[in-house]
Amino acid sequence: MLSKSTAMIQIDKGGHDLFGRDAPHYKETTVLVRNRQDFWSGAMFIALGGAFALKATSYSMGTAARMGPGYFPFWLGIVLALMGAVVLMTALGKRAPETEITRFDFRILLLVVGSVTLYGLVLRPLGLYLSVFLLVLVSSFASHEFNWKVAVANGLFLVLFSYVAFIRGLGLIFPLWPAALSN
Amino acid sequence: MELMDNLMLGFSVAFTPENLTYAFLGCLLGTLVGVLPGLGPVPTIAMLLPITYVLPPIAGLIMLAGIYYGTQYGGSTTAILVNLPGETSAVVTVLDGHQMARNGRAGAALSIAAIGSFFAGSVATVLIAAFAPPLAEVAFAFGPAEYFSLMALGLIGAVVLASGSLSKAICMILLGLLLGMVGTDVNSGVARYDFSIPELQDGIDFAIVAMGVFGLAEIMANLELKEQRVEIADKVGSLYPSKQEFKESWPAVVRGTALGSALGILPGGGSVLSAFASYTLEKKLSANPERFGKGHPAGLAGPESANNAGAQTSFIPLLTLGIPGNAVMALMVGAMTIHNIQPGPQVMTSHPELFWGLIASMWIGNLMLVVLNLPLIGIWVKLLRVPYRMLFPAILVFCTIGVYSLNYNVFDIFMFAVFGVVGYVWSKLKCEGAPLLLGLVLGPMMEENFRRALLLSRGDYTTFVTRPLSASLLAAAAILLVLVTLPSLRKKRDEAFVEED
Repeated sequence: MLSKSTAMIQIDKGGHDLFGRDAPHYKETTVLVRNRQDFWSGAMFIALGGAFALKATSYSMGTAARMGPGYFPFWLGIVLALMGAVVLMTALGKRAPETEITRFDFRILLLVVGSVTLYGLVLRPLGLYLSVFLLVLVSSFASHEFNWKVAVANGLFLVLFSYVAFIRGLGLIFPLWPAALSN
Repeated sequence: MELMDNLMLGFSVAFTPENLTYAFLGCLLGTLVGVLPGLGPVPTIAMLLPITYVLPPIAGLIMLAGIYYGTQYGGSTTAILVNLPGETSAVVTVLDGHQMARNGRAGAALSIAAIGSFFAGSVATVLIAAFAPPLAEVAFAFGPAEYFSLMALGLIGAVVLASGSLSKAICMILLGLLLGMVGTDVNSGVARYDFSIPELQDGIDFAIVAMGVFGLAEIMANLELKEQRVEIADKVGSLYPSKQEFKESWPAVVRGTALGSALGILPGGGSVLSAFASYTLEKKLSANPERFGKGHPAGLAGPESANNAGAQTSFIPLLTLGIPGNAVMALMVGAMTIHNIQPGPQVMTSHPELFWGLIASMWIGNLMLVVLNLPLIGIWVKLLRVPYRMLFPAILVFCTIGVYSLNYNVFDIFMFAVFGVVGYVWSKLKCEGAPLLLGLVLGPMMEENFRRALLLSRGDYTTFVTRPLSASLLAAAAILLVLVTLPSLRKKRDEAFVEED
């Protein structure tokens, strides 16, 4: 469980992780791309570096003594793309450790990011209280142990908490109620 | 004694009822969030950052520092009671701390951790007070070329001393620097990478990136784990360590403090590296290393003191040179900038009450945490029992409210969502977010100094190597980079982060 979390855990030569358990993915097999994580990271860095450098050419470059706005980002982008190529090539090497990219859980991604986006969309028209409640309710579906009662109760509690801590306590200025009601 | 005068000034600032309250609130909030598993200092601070914006600068920074130490303390509590590190530096605490709890010595383990941390915090506070002024003097000799080289050294140090793939970390730094380019260029007024979106012309707020990449992405990673059986040590037991435990832990506390203080000053150092190094050291020095990992008090006391000392001394480069050494300090830079304080050597002379007040409040904060953590342990245990399905929506609520209150702009919430998705992809690719954050904060500063240095030298690139100070800083960076790529040292570096049993 811990090896999947973002905690800093490295794998030593013997194939054990920090807690001495057997590390997976160390089988000797012949595949085209051994280190998939690094391969795709490298590809991403090349693409992003290239994109930044390309866009930088649309700004004035200037000279080294009088740099334009494009100069620094252009070279940064080039260096990033080159470093990305190094990451990508290393991932293809024979001695690269074999890694897999674990499956994307699109349900969780959609529900969590979707609930935040929804909150952003309805905050102005519906006000803080309803938006917070919606955020809690929708995001709760992402948990595998979803329960209507708990989610609703949690939503009500967090609306109350937001009022006490953020509106009353800190005096943050939010649209509170639906815009249609306040007129 | 100038030091005494300065400290007196600091304490007179920190001891106002108002600032004491904010230090206390910061510690309380920090512990509260730090106790929650899976939420480290970076997202916690990013999440609570907007709260401090409404306060006056001194109170805001005191509260932020309190939050920082609070998350450290809270993280160790979780690590000891539950077999889950609340944050990366607590990974080591889990090894012996949780074993002590299993052996029925949870109370003693918590006390050792708290007292060790307090001792380390006190020593580190004195160190900051003593070493910051002379270091700041050095900084006044710095020109733009030196600042650029220093930042380059800092960034290289951050990747070399951090864990994980070196080349990927460098890429993440470069990407962070590039993201820092988004927004209006100060010299020409040209809006760069704004895609005609007016909100992007002010640049990307580091707090949004931190919350998205660390907070939102972490929630999704945690939800994926599904079956998360948490084993909580129920019986805390006596809080007093036995004579034997005390005897075994105090030398480790002293060594951990020394090691942590030294490593914390290094760029990229700070709490994580200190904790790992201290554990390795204690195990090497111990007469019976086989007891490590089975609940040896030294294996808990050393790293706990080291991480607290490191967390504290990592303020030194920030306060004297204005250069953040790690992601948390990068957040502090952002906070100071929002309060219109440019971090750097001039802070000490232009805002002495802020500088010394912050240092004094560090010590007060550490004292408060001991008082707060030990008697209130029952509350923290209860908090650990809150199921994740109720916890993560609450984190989402705090994050979204925090993000919105940065600029009172809905666009920031969408940016937060975007960086959540990006962070999720990065977590799948095992690309670390911390170097990116450091790059993001340093990006504009670095470009500014780079341009100014070359303007002064009329476009002559050799200015970076012909100025002796700048040359030695760059040489240090190059040496670090070469050292870490040597195969023999590479192995050592990996070993330092792997403590297999």
